[in-house]
Amino acid sequence: MTDTSTQSGPMLAADGTPLKKSLARALRLQKMRALALIAPLLIFVLVSFVIPIGSMLFRSVENGSVAETLPLTVAELQNWDATSGELPDEALYAAFTTDMVAAIEAKKHTRLGSRLNYEHTGMSSLFRKSGRQIKKLDPAADAPFKDKIIDIDKKWGDVETWQVIKTHSVKYTNGYFLNAIDMQRTVEGAKAQPEDKQILIKLFQRTLFMSMVITVSCILLGYPVAWLLANLPARTANVLMILVLLPFWTSLLVRTSAWKVMLQQQGVINEVLVWLGIVADDARLVMINNQLGTIIAMTHILLPFMILPMYSVMQTIKPTYLRAAKSMGATNWTAFWRVYFPLSVPGIGAGSILVFILSIGYYITPEIVGGTKGVFISNRIAYHISSSLNWGLAAALGTILLAVVLVLYWAYDKIVGIDNVKLG
Amino acid sequence: MAALTPISRKPLSLVLPCIAAAGGLLGLFVGTAKDQSTLGVLIGAALVAALGFFYIAVLKNEQMAKWISIVLFAGFGFFAGGIPGVVLGLIFGWLFYWFTYWLYEGRYRARLLPYLTPGQVLWHYGFRVICGAIFVFLITPILVVMPLSFNAEDFFTFTPEMLQFKAEGYSLKHYQDFFSNNEWQRSFKNSLIIAPIATVISVSLGTLAAIGLSQSHVPGKRAIMAIMISPMIVPLIISATGMFFFYSQIGNWLEGTLGLDKNFVGYIKVVLAHAVLGIPFVIITVTATLVGFDHSLTRAAANMGANPVTTFFRVQMPLILPGVISGGLFAFITSFDEVVVVLFVGSASQKTLPWQMFTGLREQISPTILAVATILVGISILLLATVEMLRRRSERLRGLSPG
Repeated sequence: MTDTSTQSGPMLAADGTPLKKSLARALRLQKMRALALIAPLLIFVLVSFVIPIGSMLFRSVENGSVAETLPLTVAELQNWDATSGELPDEALYAAFTTDMVAAIEAKKHTRLGSRLNYEHTGMSSLFRKSGRQIKKLDPAADAPFKDKIIDIDKKWGDVETWQVIKTHSVKYTNGYFLNAIDMQRTVEGAKAQPEDKQILIKLFQRTLFMSMVITVSCILLGYPVAWLLANLPARTANVLMILVLLPFWTSLLVRTSAWKVMLQQQGVINEVLVWLGIVADDARLVMINNQLGTIIAMTHILLPFMILPMYSVMQTIKPTYLRAAKSMGATNWTAFWRVYFPLSVPGIGAGSILVFILSIGYYITPEIVGGTKGVFISNRIAYHISSSLNWGLAAALGTILLAVVLVLYWAYDKIVGIDNVKLG
Repeated sequence: MAALTPISRKPLSLVLPCIAAAGGLLGLFVGTAKDQSTLGVLIGAALVAALGFFYIAVLKNEQMAKWISIVLFAGFGFFAGGIPGVVLGLIFGWLFYWFTYWLYEGRYRARLLPYLTPGQVLWHYGFRVICGAIFVFLITPILVVMPLSFNAEDFFTFTPEMLQFKAEGYSLKHYQDFFSNNEWQRSFKNSLIIAPIATVISVSLGTLAAIGLSQSHVPGKRAIMAIMISPMIVPLIISATGMFFFYSQIGNWLEGTLGLDKNFVGYIKVVLAHAVLGIPFVIITVTATLVGFDHSLTRAAANMGANPVTTFFRVQMPLILPGVISGGLFAFITSFDEVVVVLFVGSASQKTLPWQMFTGLREQISPTILAVATILVGISILLLATVEMLRRRSERLRGLSPG
């Protein structure tokens, strides 16, 4: 006691530095070492995963092609009142000719045409066809241009054509997002798409609805199995667990092709039903290439993801709780509903969010067993990437889907915690 | 406790209606196949009830009853449907015998608590039947694929020859096709190149990072963890879309500026993409192993003069090896099984086995897919067995109870 009160300076470590400083240095060293171990992977994930996702987000708003290809025209369009219903003046046509001649030389005009074609059908062929003619014009000598350009294609005398160019001349656009929710960018602001083009909202709704159906059927099928596995003696449970883990480990393509084999009109299920005489030969059940096919196959594929978290939660519920409830006069049902079920809810929550997250982003299984009625929004994204090449719209759809998933992921982290994810 | 439940014989009034109902169900199936459902139910119920009455009231010999029902049902099956009928008959005959005596001797009570009411007993077994049906749902698709892959015809269903167990109904031709067809062989080879390299990358980086994360003072641990798990959470289609945009630029740069071979660049892109997808699995499994790791062991090693590298390879690594290997297996199967990303990022020369299966399923559906599927099921059984073994070994090593 007296020693510490007489010592005036701070406590010293063995080498004479203050203990506080020495400890701080050790802690810093430890932190640095941990970060050094993490750094390679963190950089790797950032570069090869986070940046690609970021580039997708950027692409959903990026819209440089009009402003880059037709810089003078875009500047002139600022002076033109798009809502007036009158054609732009000669200066704009002159600027347009100069831009186009340069663009045709750089072979950029067709790309611009296909970009604008997503917004207004016919733009692609307009740019392609006019390109051949405009090439012959000399921006310095051949003025005035207005009538010549309109002569080449009368669509250049259409107010609508210029309206489309003007609305999409901004460098960053919300146009793709508007398209993604069945709206379009016009001079008067955002407007709904024509009725026959409104498919994406319906597709989003269908994706959410079917994911919910799949999640609910996974709960209904998974709960009894998880309960059984958690309450059987460990040896039997381990054997039965193989029946859950084997599908979990089996290739997704294998399971999908198995369901294709099972569900076809000439498939195993129909053959068995016909053989038993339950279904007539000419009235075979249609279970594939529709929503039913997708729901059945995906419930099977995602069921292990529901059973495993439920099982790990149920394992921790002590059977004595149930016995205690019953000894106090609860019936079987009350004991289950008032005691066991509330304790097992975290497992249901964890499994449901997991299954829901996985199912709204599914692509392979709906593509193979879904036909046209049973596809998800992800199939539309793939279609825009590989067939229609409308990458901006694909990126916007992907961004919306990502936002939904991140919200669910956040909820999952709150309820379960990402550190508690377990495999196998 | 449960084994001590006394069992007693049940009256015929309980046994006969039960087995009659079961017989009626069987008769329903046989009858519907011959367009006589009602008659089938009646005949089935009557025959089975009569047989049961004969066993219990007249024969009174369990062993003889067993053999009589097996032979009788098999004979009936042969009469109705040839060889497959015999097989079904043998199964149903044994089931009938077992079910009758299980009810009659009251054996169904033997493993249950003595105070349960009949309703509870019924629910107990009804629940098991429901669970059994769900297990059947889980496993049937995988089991159905296997025999179908030996089909001699190009059909996706059981041919009459197969059902009659005739040798000419079966053949290995789809397997021969898989091993001789260039397309399949090339895609198989591609899978075998891409998956192991991606696994090595994700395991080596992932293990280091997991060790780093398990230390006590890591700034921003939650955020780092969230970033590293994100490839597993973000839907594959979104990852694929993002990678499609980004990697095509990277690829152009590698080809244009560095002058690398186009094919080689393609492999690099796919391998990197797959390595990222495998990382969350490595992180999760290795972190789980490290939870029980005793850090005083590394301190002890350092105390005895081992440098950090020696400590890592001689002390830490052997203990966490099970987690590392099972993480690696997860990463391997993720890459080996992955279609969406490779479909977007890769080009035709990087076609992997799942990609080939996917095109096969979407376009020209050929039964070779079933042969491939069977081989893949075999592989996944091997992987599952390895992971289970490792998990138990790890639990033993860490002194946890064997699960």
